[in-house]
Amino acid sequence: MSTAGCTGGDDGNSEGEGGSQENQGEQAAVAGETLTLTTTTSTYDTGLLDEIHPQFEEMYGVTVDAVAQGTGAALESARNGDSDVVMVHARGLEDEFMRNGYGINRRDLMFNDFVIVGSEDDPAGIQGMDSATEALTTIAEAEAQFVSRGDNSGTHTKELNLWEAAGTEPGGDWYQETGTGMGEALNIANQQGAYTLSDRGTFISQRSEIDLTILVQGPIEGGPEILANPYGVMAVNPGVHDNANYDLAMAYIGWITSPGAQEAIADYQMNGEQLFFPEAISEDPDFQQYVPEGWSSDSADE
Amino acid sequence: MSLEAVAQSLPALVDLPFREGYVTSIIYVSLYVSVVAVTLSTLFSIPVALAMGFTDFPGKQFVKSVINTGMGFPSVVVGLLVLFTVSNQGPLGELELIFTREAMIISQFVLATPPITAISLAAITGVSDNVREAARALGGTRLDVALVVIKEARYGIGTAVLAGFGRAISEVGSVLIVGGNITSSQGISKTRTLTTAIQLEARQGQYETAMILGAVLVAIVLVVNGIVVRIGDTGPMDR
Repeated sequence: MSTAGCTGGDDGNSEGEGGSQENQGEQAAVAGETLTLTTTTSTYDTGLLDEIHPQFEEMYGVTVDAVAQGTGAALESARNGDSDVVMVHARGLEDEFMRNGYGINRRDLMFNDFVIVGSEDDPAGIQGMDSATEALTTIAEAEAQFVSRGDNSGTHTKELNLWEAAGTEPGGDWYQETGTGMGEALNIANQQGAYTLSDRGTFISQRSEIDLTILVQGPIEGGPEILANPYGVMAVNPGVHDNANYDLAMAYIGWITSPGAQEAIADYQMNGEQLFFPEAISEDPDFQQYVPEGWSSDSADE
Repeated sequence: MSLEAVAQSLPALVDLPFREGYVTSIIYVSLYVSVVAVTLSTLFSIPVALAMGFTDFPGKQFVKSVINTGMGFPSVVVGLLVLFTVSNQGPLGELELIFTREAMIISQFVLATPPITAISLAAITGVSDNVREAARALGGTRLDVALVVIKEARYGIGTAVLAGFGRAISEVGSVLIVGGNITSSQGISKTRTLTTAIQLEARQGQYETAMILGAVLVAIVLVVNGIVVRIGDTGPMDR
């Protein structure tokens, strides 16, 4: 990372220096700037971002600082104006973020799915169930050990939604909130022979380290649609946070939803398996991706 | 020997499944942040300890207990406080320090200052009154007396600096929150330290690599202790 002519030192210039550096770069006006992306542990820990970001960085001569935090924390950082762009996977939280005015220009990015994993002996007997809610209810009735992320992440949010859909209130000794990232939660479940909900990407990337197996499949392998795990990307609203590097955030969103980057996402494999499935590009427009789900412009005249 | 040279010589001993330059860069960031924070903290703490050691004022015991409480202050709480301060919404938001090494230095400064001040103060208070009076009797100015006391208390002060350094370099909670554990996509650390790298490995269940990084951290602390002890024995304190 070279910042010739920049006196500040490269660790001092973070996002949002659009004004001061415009005259320096010989290439694009954004060259030398830093884009701060707050994202979830699943996109970072699987190695996807490190794999695809160099292309963007070379294209614009910029640096992407990816901060892996979990969906709740990633959105909170953005809400405080501490990042320029967010990539998360909890539509409900994303919608709230947009409705509150913090995020704009949301795009559907990619998806994978959630799976319910557990030890092979499967004490509650949920293997092969077609319904995720039924599986959870069975686990709750058997009071079999279940590890919850408990960290307001996208996966945790999905888990809570599933319990709600199942009409079961989880609680008791068998239900443990760990407050950790997905990898650690998988390890805890592994050590205790417990069940847990995992995104497929993290599970695949860690499968060689643990003895857990997939008991209820997500939609990628023909499981229920309720286990879908869509990722979205949004720019921080420069109208709320005027230091947000909006130009670069939009360049990033444009790039990552472009055919080239989408192909790179599809090509990214770990242990021989595809982790993420691109969904930014389609012949049929999906206008709902830009706005909070169910939003309609009743008051607008045009 | 420059920090960079130290950082580069260390990881030659270990072979980790990381990209080239990764371990070197996180060691460099760990040392850079901790050394700068502890240096600033020492420059702040020793005058404070001297002032407190030489004067009596109402509420001195209270100030002491505040400093002692600070020694046990949880690093995550410090991290949160620094986050609120440097976040875009905070009082220092304009400086855009969030997710930078400077923010990490601030939080480590806050963490290292109480132990350095408290232990230095104990060392300075422990210097015999005879020494001070002798220095004064020989016509020493306040500064001369202070220097004599520092010289007498140098082992204690060295211990204080090491305690502060130990706290700074082994601390994970605050640097994770304010630094963001960032590397470039080429795997070169920007704000990732050994401790946050260990946390990341553990998060992914890579306990072996986490242990190896832990061993590197312990080795660094040992080396730094060795260097400081040597300086205390021979070094620049003898003017």
